[in-house]
Amino acid sequence: MKYTYYPGCSVTATANLYQESIDTVAPSLGIELEELDDWNCCGATAYMSVRELMSFAISARNLAMAEKFHRDLVTPCSACYLVLNKTNHYFNDYPDMRSKIGKALEAGGLSYSGNVRVRHILDVIVNDVDMEKISSQVTRDLKELRVAPYYGCQIVRPEMGFDDPDEPESMDRLIETLGAETVDYSMKTKCCGASLMGTEEKMALALCRDLLMDAQKKGAHCIVTLCPLCQMNLDIYQPKVNSLFKTDFKIPVIYITQLIGIALGASPAELGMKRLGVKVSGEMKRIIEGA
Amino acid sequence: MAVRIGVYICHCGTNIAGKVDIDEVVEFARGLENVSLVKDYKFMCSDPGQALLQKDVEDGLIDRVVVASCSPLMHENTFRKATERGGLNPYLFTMANIREQCSWVHLDGAETTDKAKDLIAAAVRRAFLLEPLTKREVPINPRTLVIGGGIAGIQAALDLAEAGKQVVLVEREPSIGGHMAKFDKTFPTLDCSACILTPRMVSVGQHPNIELMTYSEIEEVGGYVGNFNVTVRKKARYVDEQLCNGCGACWEKCPGTRVPRKGNVHEKLSLGPTTSIYMPFMQAVPAIPVIDAQTCLYLKDDQHKCGLCAKECERDAINYDMEDESVEFEVGNIIIASGFQTFDPSVIKRYGYDRLDNVITALQFEIMNCASGSTGGKIQKADGSEPEAIGIVHCVGSRDENYHEYCSRVCCMYSLKYSHLIKEKTNAEVYQFYIDMRCFGKGYEEFYDRLLTEDVRFVRGKVAEVTDVAMNEAEEGKLIVRVEDTLLGSVRRIPLDMVILSTGLEAHHSLKDVANKCNVSVGSDGFIIEKHPKLGPVATATDGVFLAGACQSPKDIPDTVAQASAASSAVLSMITREKIEIEAATAEVNEDKCSGCKLCNTLCPYLAVKFDEEKGVSVVNEALCKGCGTCVAGCPSGAISAKHFEDRQIFAEIEGIFSGLEYKTVSKPKG
Repeated sequence: MKYTYYPGCSVTATANLYQESIDTVAPSLGIELEELDDWNCCGATAYMSVRELMSFAISARNLAMAEKFHRDLVTPCSACYLVLNKTNHYFNDYPDMRSKIGKALEAGGLSYSGNVRVRHILDVIVNDVDMEKISSQVTRDLKELRVAPYYGCQIVRPEMGFDDPDEPESMDRLIETLGAETVDYSMKTKCCGASLMGTEEKMALALCRDLLMDAQKKGAHCIVTLCPLCQMNLDIYQPKVNSLFKTDFKIPVIYITQLIGIALGASPAELGMKRLGVKVSGEMKRIIEGA
Repeated sequence: MAVRIGVYICHCGTNIAGKVDIDEVVEFARGLENVSLVKDYKFMCSDPGQALLQKDVEDGLIDRVVVASCSPLMHENTFRKATERGGLNPYLFTMANIREQCSWVHLDGAETTDKAKDLIAAAVRRAFLLEPLTKREVPINPRTLVIGGGIAGIQAALDLAEAGKQVVLVEREPSIGGHMAKFDKTFPTLDCSACILTPRMVSVGQHPNIELMTYSEIEEVGGYVGNFNVTVRKKARYVDEQLCNGCGACWEKCPGTRVPRKGNVHEKLSLGPTTSIYMPFMQAVPAIPVIDAQTCLYLKDDQHKCGLCAKECERDAINYDMEDESVEFEVGNIIIASGFQTFDPSVIKRYGYDRLDNVITALQFEIMNCASGSTGGKIQKADGSEPEAIGIVHCVGSRDENYHEYCSRVCCMYSLKYSHLIKEKTNAEVYQFYIDMRCFGKGYEEFYDRLLTEDVRFVRGKVAEVTDVAMNEAEEGKLIVRVEDTLLGSVRRIPLDMVILSTGLEAHHSLKDVANKCNVSVGSDGFIIEKHPKLGPVATATDGVFLAGACQSPKDIPDTVAQASAASSAVLSMITREKIEIEAATAEVNEDKCSGCKLCNTLCPYLAVKFDEEKGVSVVNEALCKGCGTCVAGCPSGAISAKHFEDRQIFAEIEGIFSGLEYKTVSKPKG
């Protein structure tokens, strides 16, 4: 299965471990990702609130360039996924916005007819790849590993159609296919603080604490996520959460593609595991390495 | 002999005369071909108005009647009867609607008068071609089928039986009683549900005029008003109803489990034994157990492993070889009283039902409160301890465009009832999370007032979420309800030990199937559509099929019982007539033209057109046909005609409408 790939900025920088794990597991899953040439910023959620048309135009440039391949456009980043989809929605459902975006594209020698389907890599893995194909390649026994599946807010809301907006379960199924156990994680779609970490740090840290607290209470060895911003907030800021709230969290926060890689027997180096802020240790390390 | 048409123009007070120039219209009608007489009157529908046309017919002045007044829906029947009293076939009368289609919808002016003229010209041309039709009568079978043995069906069946009429009561469950049998108390009087219901259940079981068929489902309904043929499938009970005396020895020893126990008291939704052979509840009617074949160790997968109940039964009533049985019978009328089901809240993931312990539905709480329920009537958490704070979440699945837009009507009241029961049995704090309190019935508002003094906390706001994620020490180990308190204007987090979801009422999943079989329609809300929302709430569009209870819309017990009695009274009025007139304006197949394509068979909304295999043509059952004309329009060979609405009659009307082009003074089409 071949897709046009839109990496987004995060996976080229703070989330490069996400990209490394995607590069490692994609061939095993039969997913071929051809990167969109000359892609640019998705439009970014924050910028969209400031200058809407500019943001849509930037975003649509990517869609316009992707259209000629007649393939789904796949992104690993929840924010890119949301913004590109939002652009599609405004382009297709609001004639006024469509003509404005169209004019902007025209100035750059481009045109778009609104037909690129934007998909998150989780959607592609759980819906396009045969689950048996995945389970048959599992080489590490993860049955003792308890995982808190964390979806974040952007992948299912507003309703994107491939999973339940309140209680998504597609990643739960995938985790169980890999042989691990999911805990009943009540914070599946709650806010990680997002970019508030840069402006209202205390509030964002409090939100992260709630996410980490429930994972710990439910006995999870790790949190698995699919969004670069969620991962960074929960992982890199975990020490700050601990010092502010006098907690003692040591919960690794890994990407779903990293967990796939672990189950499929890839080495930690191939999956960028060493770049994690909170390192895999203790029981989780024993489960992963002992198997 | 030439046709002599009488035209009667109604003023309808000022309803018509205020906009239409009556004198001008009278003058116009006099000039129309074949019209021998034109009269106008203030109110044609009044007795003197009717007498006017009746006398002219009697005197032999006219042989066709046109009344230009209101919609045929209002008074077609009135004038048909007047025509008939005068000695003329009632189908030689026709109506021109110059009120709803003219004076009421247009402004004052010459155009309005012109339109009235057009409509009258059309009616006169049509009247010229009318033909006498003969109404037919069919006898009414005095036996009635009641579908559903809840309180609605019980009431309807008893009313009819007490009047000396035969009733067949069909219930899908092993016992009659329906939802009411699962309730502990009823609002607002707090009287014991079983105490008021069970005497009626017993009466049904013993009544010589009621044939009770439990654990049975409607397979097929054929025929028409007065003469329905019904096929019912009696599901295998594996217990001989004649031999069994309901002693209970069988379930005492049964090792099978019908209702699984997961160490959680709320799993046991059953009021009766949880074994594979079971009585639905102790007061069941008939008091005969039934074997659940899915879990019975003998019947399951034909393993033949156990057989204990057969050994225990002293009367040899257990029969593992029993099979489903089809029973056919005839009835004259049908009352659908098949009830409702409660909304399944597991689809609202935010409320944590099915995921969080101690989030339970209203019905589960109802059963918990029953002395014969899972906890012996005690209000308990899943771990058996007494809750210290309980929240009741209103409008779960109701008044919510994602699920059901309608109000379920009973939830506010049963939620209030729960508050009272909780206060009576425990020391728990009670929170009511409501959108609006709807206490509309007799004594309901008073009950609400009483609860306001019983220290119940009312929080106005729709609950956003029920979560187990504690944010502080007070919330540890609790269920937390997050809600916007719209009176306080802030978001609150309220820690609780138990959350009761006041689930709404919805159409039973099998209702559509029952409705299809009885040839009635369900609306977008899933409930059966009544004949008229105000003036025909008990009847349906299909003659001889009536409604009672929550199959029509969510209802409380008093309204259900009232509707059930209304339905049985409507049936009694049918039965007392002994025969029923059938509409003469039906469709007719010209057998020479019919190609036998059967298109009309599928088009007919009343299932009135059937295929005659021998002749190879379609045939209209006149008793079922409503004369709607769908088949007429659909027939590719033009083989079907509608009596009273023949093509030539309709074309004549159209010509009449266009004849106005010659005399119109204003707004002549340009070019």
